[in-house]
Amino acid sequence: MDRTDITIARDNDGKNIIQFILKELKPKGKWLTPFNIISLPVMLAGLVIIVVRFWKGLGSVTNLTQEVPWGLWIGFDVVTGVAFAGGAYVLTFMVYILNMKKYNSIVRVTVLNGFLAYVFYAGALLLDLGRPWNVINPIIGNSFGVSSVLFLVAWHFLLYMIAQLIEFSPAVAEWLGARRARKILSGMTVAAVIFGITLSTLHQSGLGALYLMAKEKIHPLWYSEFIPIQFFVSSIFAGLSMVIFEGSITHKVFSDQIPEKHHSEHDSIIIGLSKICSVAMFAYFFLQIVTFVHGKRWAYINSPMGYWYLTEIIGFVIFPMVLFYYSYTRNKVLVARIAAIVTMLGIIINRLNVTVIGFKWDEAVRYVPSAMEFIVTLTVIFAEIWIFRWIITRMPVLRESPSWAKDQH
Amino acid sequence: MSTGRRSFLKALGLTGLTLAAGKEKVYGSEAKSDTEFYGVLYDSTRCVGCQTCEVSCAEANGQTPPEDTPEAGKVRKTTDKYRTVINAVQTENGEVYVKTQCMHCNEPACAAACLTQAMHKTHEGAVIWRGNKCMGCRYCMVSCPFDMPKFEYHSYNPKIEKCTMCNDRTQKGEKPACVANCPADALMYGSRRELIKEARKRIIENPGVYVDHIYGEHEAGGTGWLYLSAVPFEKLGMKTNIQSKSYPELTKGFLYSVPTIFILWPAILLGIREGTKDNNKNDQENGQD
Ligand code: SF4
Ligand code: SF4
Repeated sequence: MDRTDITIARDNDGKNIIQFILKELKPKGKWLTPFNIISLPVMLAGLVIIVVRFWKGLGSVTNLTQEVPWGLWIGFDVVTGVAFAGGAYVLTFMVYILNMKKYNSIVRVTVLNGFLAYVFYAGALLLDLGRPWNVINPIIGNSFGVSSVLFLVAWHFLLYMIAQLIEFSPAVAEWLGARRARKILSGMTVAAVIFGITLSTLHQSGLGALYLMAKEKIHPLWYSEFIPIQFFVSSIFAGLSMVIFEGSITHKVFSDQIPEKHHSEHDSIIIGLSKICSVAMFAYFFLQIVTFVHGKRWAYINSPMGYWYLTEIIGFVIFPMVLFYYSYTRNKVLVARIAAIVTMLGIIINRLNVTVIGFKWDEAVRYVPSAMEFIVTLTVIFAEIWIFRWIITRMPVLRESPSWAKDQH
Repeated sequence: MSTGRRSFLKALGLTGLTLAAGKEKVYGSEAKSDTEFYGVLYDSTRCVGCQTCEVSCAEANGQTPPEDTPEAGKVRKTTDKYRTVINAVQTENGEVYVKTQCMHCNEPACAAACLTQAMHKTHEGAVIWRGNKCMGCRYCMVSCPFDMPKFEYHSYNPKIEKCTMCNDRTQKGEKPACVANCPADALMYGSRRELIKEARKRIIENPGVYVDHIYGEHEAGGTGWLYLSAVPFEKLGMKTNIQSKSYPELTKGFLYSVPTIFILWPAILLGIREGTKDNNKNDQENGQD
């Protein structure tokens, strides 16, 4: 196949693998891009803060208190980040289980994104651990805290990262020109997908179940026994909104990587996803109503927290749901993109309401994240984007697989 | 089956590879069935607010002695430096005192939350923290309804601090330091059953003195520390919105569903995959005709 249209990346074709990797490790493209200029100083500052954090203790950089021991790093990085990474399991479900071939072209980039999100956002958990040298205790040894939801979540993070790595590995093999390896690895994809979806169902809801024991600590408008299922259902449209958002950006930034026919397909993919989003959001909205009635929540509505709750439900659930509906009935891609952004804001608000804003809402001294906590969070996000960019400009993620790989089926 | 082996199987069950653990109780303690937990009865009508318990606690645990005194209107809290504190409260009965420390729940939320079993309920009833296991995730703090585990935020090697009911002393047959040193006989160490009997007796034999409630008898599924008071407990600043079911009970439903989902989901997913595959083939064949 003629691939002269691709200027940035080319896969290894028969060269020595070590030489090839060494060549690929070198930076490519321009250095002084706006993104680099913004992200580099932030990441440097973030690194300094992380060093201080391990040297002087968590209290020296965070505003965490004895009453609010989990703050931005757990509530945003881990809980929200993992919800956004849900796109990978939803999309692999659609493509490999429901055989919706149309979405094939975005599976790889979504799985890559999901994998990196887990590595970095779940990895941010390590920064939050007071005694990280004991982190292997629940994995090996005799310290299995099996009655702990966090035990389940930790194991699932680990296993799901492995599953996603297997799902993504054929792309690495194609890049390196490892034909036999690719054949073996792509044979494992379906098993990894099925395992991965199962794990995702459980830990997406598990992140909500983490907070079940904090019954009196979370504002009653956000606490209910249904948190796990709410977290699961909302991870569907959180993940897909992220796919729409990320897809719209990568299609601009890396447009030279994308074959012509995928460019034209992309709009119809977005419309398809926005349909699924609106249905999932309706289910979620229904769940919220059931919880509202079941929990007799009228009593709390006429208060500042009540208005905030209404803002979340009306402005960030019903409104984007209607936008998604409008976008797919009228075939309006731009509306779908706007809806995706509003939905993502809504997910951030919802996760923070459970984990930070509604947590110990009645405490005299409230927890407000410190500037340093925000900088570290940004560092994590930027680092993820850097690695993402490095991979995209090298491996066959957006562009097509080499022709030998296509014949391998 | 040895404990190690059993918990390994449970671990597998929870990560979903087997159903073996499905019907077992998944609480944080192996001592669950043991009803002879030991605890402490604190009688706030006898307490004179002298802080001897605070001082002897600090001594016994190698911590700094208290620097301030109980004052009505001021709330002193336990911290990573002080495992127990006495507060003074102004009531219609005059100034009364109330002691705060970990309640040593029968089914502790902290131990159920702990993913390394660092928080652990011993057979005798003390809830202890084991530093060689703890990874400092602070999930115990999130889960404890009484906010008792405290974290050393300003250390590179932080510990979780809370009352251990002087586990090392009681192992040697001694009483907890606070109990042994209380000059007003406000603290009594014994088996929970005896303590509840004693508390009932005091309520009945002194009509009109106590409110008819033993705090901790049912709170959070029952706690090792039991409280008697002459004024309603919310006046003492104690948490009265504590549920009477144990807190680990709240995550039980979720945890029990895990093995089931792990068996059902893959089967269902495979089934759907096979189903939709055929459809597609037919479509393609029809399309090609
Ligand atoms: S009071 Fe809190 S720290 Fe103490 S045993 Fe109960 S749950 Fe654990
Ligand atoms: S901070 Fe330590 S004791 Fe507390 S739940 Fe985490 S590992 Fe267990």
